Amino acid sequence: MKLTELYWLPEVSDWSQRLEIGADSVLATWEKAVSLANSRLDFIRTNALDTRIQKLVGPGVIKELTTKPIRLAILGSCTTTHLHSAIRVAGCRRGIWIDTYEVGYGQYLQELLDSNSGLHKFKPNAVLFAFDAHHLAQGLEIATDKQQSDSIFEEVCSKITQCWSLARDAFSCPIIQQSVLNTLPPVLGNNEHRLAGSKHAFISRLNVALRSAADENGVDVLALDAVAARDGLNAWHDKPLWHRSKQEINPAAAPMYGDLVARLLAAKQGLSYKCLVLDLDNTLWGGVIGDDGLEGIELGQGSPLGESFAALQAYAKELSQRGVILAVCSKNDEANAVEPFEKHPEMVLRREDISCFRANWNDKAENIRAIAFEIGIGLDAMVFLDDNPFERALIRRELPMVAVPEVPDEPALFIDCLADAGYFESLALTGEDWQRKEKYRDNQAREKFRGTVTDMKSYLAGLEMKLIWRRFDKVGLARIVQLINKTNQFNLTTRRYSEEDVLGMIAANDVVGLQCRLVDRFGDNGIIAIIIGRLQGSDLSLDTWLMSCRVLGRQVEQTTLKLIVDQARSVGATRLIGEFIPTKKNGMVANHYQSLGFSVLETQANGRSKYSLDLNAYAAPTTFVELIEDAADDRSTNLRHSVQHI
Amino acid sequence: MTEAQIYDTLSNIFKDVFARNDIVLRAETSAKDVDGWDSLKQIEILVAVQERCKVKLRTKEIDSLKTVGDLAGLIAQKLAAA
Repeated sequence: MKLTELYWLPEVSDWSQRLEIGADSVLATWEKAVSLANSRLDFIRTNALDTRIQKLVGPGVIKELTTKPIRLAILGSCTTTHLHSAIRVAGCRRGIWIDTYEVGYGQYLQELLDSNSGLHKFKPNAVLFAFDAHHLAQGLEIATDKQQSDSIFEEVCSKITQCWSLARDAFSCPIIQQSVLNTLPPVLGNNEHRLAGSKHAFISRLNVALRSAADENGVDVLALDAVAARDGLNAWHDKPLWHRSKQEINPAAAPMYGDLVARLLAAKQGLSYKCLVLDLDNTLWGGVIGDDGLEGIELGQGSPLGESFAALQAYAKELSQRGVILAVCSKNDEANAVEPFEKHPEMVLRREDISCFRANWNDKAENIRAIAFEIGIGLDAMVFLDDNPFERALIRRELPMVAVPEVPDEPALFIDCLADAGYFESLALTGEDWQRKEKYRDNQAREKFRGTVTDMKSYLAGLEMKLIWRRFDKVGLARIVQLINKTNQFNLTTRRYSEEDVLGMIAANDVVGLQCRLVDRFGDNGIIAIIIGRLQGSDLSLDTWLMSCRVLGRQVEQTTLKLIVDQARSVGATRLIGEFIPTKKNGMVANHYQSLGFSVLETQANGRSKYSLDLNAYAAPTTFVELIEDAADDRSTNLRHSVQHI
Repeated sequence: MTEAQIYDTLSNIFKDVFARNDIVLRAETSAKDVDGWDSLKQIEILVAVQERCKVKLRTKEIDSLKTVGDLAGLIAQKLAAA
């Protein structure tokens, strides 16, 4: 299955007859063309369809269309003529009329600068920059040194951004920048990046820089490099052809190229699909819930097929977290259909993830209509995922505006099929991860609250903070290891440990490992502190103390010390030993132990120092943070939920 | 593929490339006989042949082609060797 073949679209059986469109009105002709464009056409059929459309409709636009007609100018550095028809047909696939214009060969800059050029006369309302690797890396030679290479790089980057601003100033329209297909051969090999004069390395570097520059300049990226990697460069670029015609993109790949352009243009108009309608049996899990029952369906760990279905669910969940609406449409008794969502432990999707749930014995076209109505979106914003070819054919016939991917006969590949088809192309992070949104909302609420209280004490008291702690355990392992290895600032010793190391600490009886979560009235801050203490005689030596900087200034340090003292006493220690190892980044905690009442034991010339705290003399201060031991295995999740609902 | 099948495939390709039904391919047919057969169409034909017949044509072989008969012969030769 190759992307360049648009494998998610259905084959067309009666191509020759169906190409004979156009006895009717222009609009009826267009609708037939849209339907044909939504089938799997290779590049010459794509060209043939385009020729047909142009003959029957063009030039000009179809006034009856509700979508915005596009005038796309392609500013390339090599031959792009063979891509136009594919772009227009891909626009037609999404109901968008596209006119295209191509600058003279190699003339993009001249035409941009000359206000009498064909480009300016064309008055584009979208501009696509398509530069090839040879063109961009031409200043580089194998002997180019690092400094020269860097300055050429800066120059190329600024030329590209200059093109963007010229286009923006002239046309005030959306700009698309194609990432670069790295067709240049490596000279060193695997470690190509070490050769300053390498054109291949130059292009790799440029592809990274292009992304951030595009973001800074409000330009959208057409990620040709990433997409080409799916089929491999050879499916996109043909060297003999390059030398014959300077076509960087193989005409055989043109339909996919066109589709990528049209996805961006459609997303720009808000025409991306918005809702994923899922079948259940053999789509979200293996088997038939009505026959096989809760224990009989294949889902989750333990079987390769079960894992495939769980992975699909996880992908659907990710889509929904970034704003795609999920719905269910299944031929089932509703009680049976809902049961796995509520009771199956391996279900990734839960009932609350599904915005509209239709399980009954009506035909699916009727149900999909009802779903669209209930959610309040158009049928042309819906994608229907079903393993059953019969149901797919039915929906295509009854509701041609619904996208129905021709999924491969292998559930493990359903995810790729959805991703490759680009239904849910999205340009901005508006549908941001709900967890991030929630965290963000929590922070806003905290800040707002800070504004309403007049002094620090009542602010802290009002936060209702709880430090929920537990010993190191396997449940928290991944997060513990992550924090140990990425925390740089509030980290007294910056000792890094692997998963195996931490597992060793869990098993050891002379190590006290503590993980602490901070919850307040506005939400859950997650695990924010990690402590590792080693019992040496009657001393508990603090090997590691690290915290998240987010919670500073909220008496969390003092409360954590209270916890450490309790734990030290429980293992029979009478003294705490603290240690500070300075790094470039942890200056903020240089006085950590002293400010907590420890006294200096020793200070070395390199800044390393040790401190001690006599437990018999320690009196716990009163803080506004309540210490709670989290004993049960699933308590933390429950707590999180209950807190969010306050 | 028999010679007839190769001609059939070629004729479908020509039909799609030129969006016309009236092209009759003969062994001696060449670019000057078909309206609109320019270098761009030439490339479309060659790429389509490689995609649909699953053969790979070398630059040297392409350069030596003069007629449709040459192309059909080359395809037959490639398929026989495969």
